[in-house]
Amino acid sequence: MPEITLVEAVNLALARAMADDATVLVLGEDVGVDGGVFRATNGLLKRFGKERVLDTPLAENVIAGMSVGLAAQGFRPVAEIQFSGFIYPTIDQLANHASRLRTRTRGRLTCPMVVRSPSGGGIRAVEHHSESPEAMFAHIPGLRVVVPSSPARAYGLLLAAIRDPDPVVFLEPTRLYRASREEVDDDGMALPLDRCFVLREGTDITLVTWGATTKEVLAAADTLAAEGVSAEVIDVATLKPLDTDGVLESVAKTGRCVIVHEAPVTCGVGAEIAARIAERGLVSLLAPIERVAGWDTVMPLYRLEQQYLPSEARILAAVRRVLAYQ
Amino acid sequence: MPSAERIEELLETRRDVGATPVARFEIRYSRYLDPKGNPVRPLPDFARDPGELVSLYRGMVLARRFDAKAVALQRTGRLGTFASSLGQEAVSVGVASAMRADDVLLPSFREHGGQLLRGVSPVELLLFWGGDERGSDFAEACEDFPVCVPVGTHAPHAVGVALAFKLRREKRVAACIFGDGATSKGDVAEALNVAGVWNLPAVFLINNNHWAISVPVSQQTAAETLAQKAISAGIEGEQVDGNDVIAVREATARALAKARAGGGPHLIEALTYRLGDHTTADDASRYRSGPDVSAHWAEDPITRLRNYLVAERLWGKTDEEKLLGEVSGAIERAAETYLATPPQGPETIFDYTYERLPKDLVEQREAALGAVQR
Repeated sequence: MPEITLVEAVNLALARAMADDATVLVLGEDVGVDGGVFRATNGLLKRFGKERVLDTPLAENVIAGMSVGLAAQGFRPVAEIQFSGFIYPTIDQLANHASRLRTRTRGRLTCPMVVRSPSGGGIRAVEHHSESPEAMFAHIPGLRVVVPSSPARAYGLLLAAIRDPDPVVFLEPTRLYRASREEVDDDGMALPLDRCFVLREGTDITLVTWGATTKEVLAAADTLAAEGVSAEVIDVATLKPLDTDGVLESVAKTGRCVIVHEAPVTCGVGAEIAARIAERGLVSLLAPIERVAGWDTVMPLYRLEQQYLPSEARILAAVRRVLAYQ
Repeated sequence: MPSAERIEELLETRRDVGATPVARFEIRYSRYLDPKGNPVRPLPDFARDPGELVSLYRGMVLARRFDAKAVALQRTGRLGTFASSLGQEAVSVGVASAMRADDVLLPSFREHGGQLLRGVSPVELLLFWGGDERGSDFAEACEDFPVCVPVGTHAPHAVGVALAFKLRREKRVAACIFGDGATSKGDVAEALNVAGVWNLPAVFLINNNHWAISVPVSQQTAAETLAQKAISAGIEGEQVDGNDVIAVREATARALAKARAGGGPHLIEALTYRLGDHTTADDASRYRSGPDVSAHWAEDPITRLRNYLVAERLWGKTDEEKLLGEVSGAIERAAETYLATPPQGPETIFDYTYERLPKDLVEQREAALGAVQR
């Protein structure tokens, strides 16, 4: 089995989905000849031809909107939005149409489409290329929101997203695209879209995260282990629907929880997770929940982005406060 | 690439005259019947068949009866906010009459006439405007899109539908209708652009009723016509008299045939007038005068076609009475069925959110049903 990067796993899943199902189309800006600016669609045009891999004009709104039309007609479009800062024009189509077409036609027309986009900071990119907009999508009923954090999960979750009968926003952490390699078996096996992943088992504290910050959280868990603290690390991955039970089971075991995400803290998905723990798991808590997240600021240009992103040091500081709470 | 000499020559031209002409345009305008119903030119072939003309007439009369009934139901608290198509019946009836059954209509919210002609039932339309999602679960025309409320946002859907037809090599066309206000939106500009560059089988039709709620089209754009917006997308655009159903049908049929044959998209601007309020929630007297509106009744599309039919001895008083009786009966029966339709259960709020209901929603569904029972 070859060891591949996360972006190569995305490519592998796209190729697998296209080979398995002739209705799967890839469309977006520069996805064809160029193979995508991050090369996520590399080689697909050559393999599947220009009727299945479409270089679109530069217009995000119509990329999302034509995907609704294609999906209603029985195709499974996988649209790429080039950078997260360019994804906002798609919200109109996703909120007003893709997410509610099934409901408003009582299932007569449906919208099995995926909008993929790189997401998050940490690659010294230009302005508007480093945002983490997942909470905006997670607030829209009828959508699924998925953020993979490893090559194997990117492969399995993207296959699941493409095969899902409803619209999915699939946000790929740019910072992890080439950060590590992992063996990925191209077995066509999808992962569930409603379960969180326990990345590391532990007993003293639960660290909940997703996407790029799994890296810092796992590093923090290593540091803590060296100090004799056993941290459980949960990758939520499917932000909508959220696997509440998976989080609650862990918190019931550890009694302490820190939630880590890159998006701004206020109304971030962390707030929803904390609320659910408060609603259903309060009695198992031994300390207040802490959130380590992006600040409620504009994403800074790259010279200061490390001061914005949740660092291992910030995570450790929060964990120590939560552990020290009596 | 042009040769170096040619580039030099072009640069020379530019220095001399300041610009190189790229394109010149004129906007075709077509009308067959004047407002009094007199033919102004030979009618298209289809109009030689009296059955076709009577069918168009019936479609418009049905739309008007439907509108009148819907407004009456709203005024008596038995229907939600409703957008009447009064005076604009020729637009969507003309478009729908030119379409094949397996084409796809993507309507805005003022195309009841066209939807009814496509086989959407008046009960379904009343259910939609009466706040019931089942109204968009069409039993006929079941690939047609439901009413689109966010202005112009369905134009990109037409691109996707047309692309689906092209990829499957089907001889089908997506027909998308939107209002004059929609032409100010990026959705429409983006859709026309993509349809043009991909040569898609899509026909876009502007119902230019001259008012986007309170803003007249003169304040919507500096362009002399809305049809010319096609030119910047590299596609053909034209105007028709939108109160002449024969002209709307002829232009649409021509555009559909072109698209079906691989000739690409087309934009038609149908010039009409909104005789009524924007919706039942609107009071148009706040922004336009009664006499101005009244003057436009002289262009009424239904009277126009009826005058022609009568002058040609294709229609008489008995026909009219019979039609009105039949149409009124159909609408009354539809209204009765609508009013007798019990509301959906609260569980249906949840049941179509996803194909497989996630656990969170299963719990919320139970909570909602429990709340109802309490």
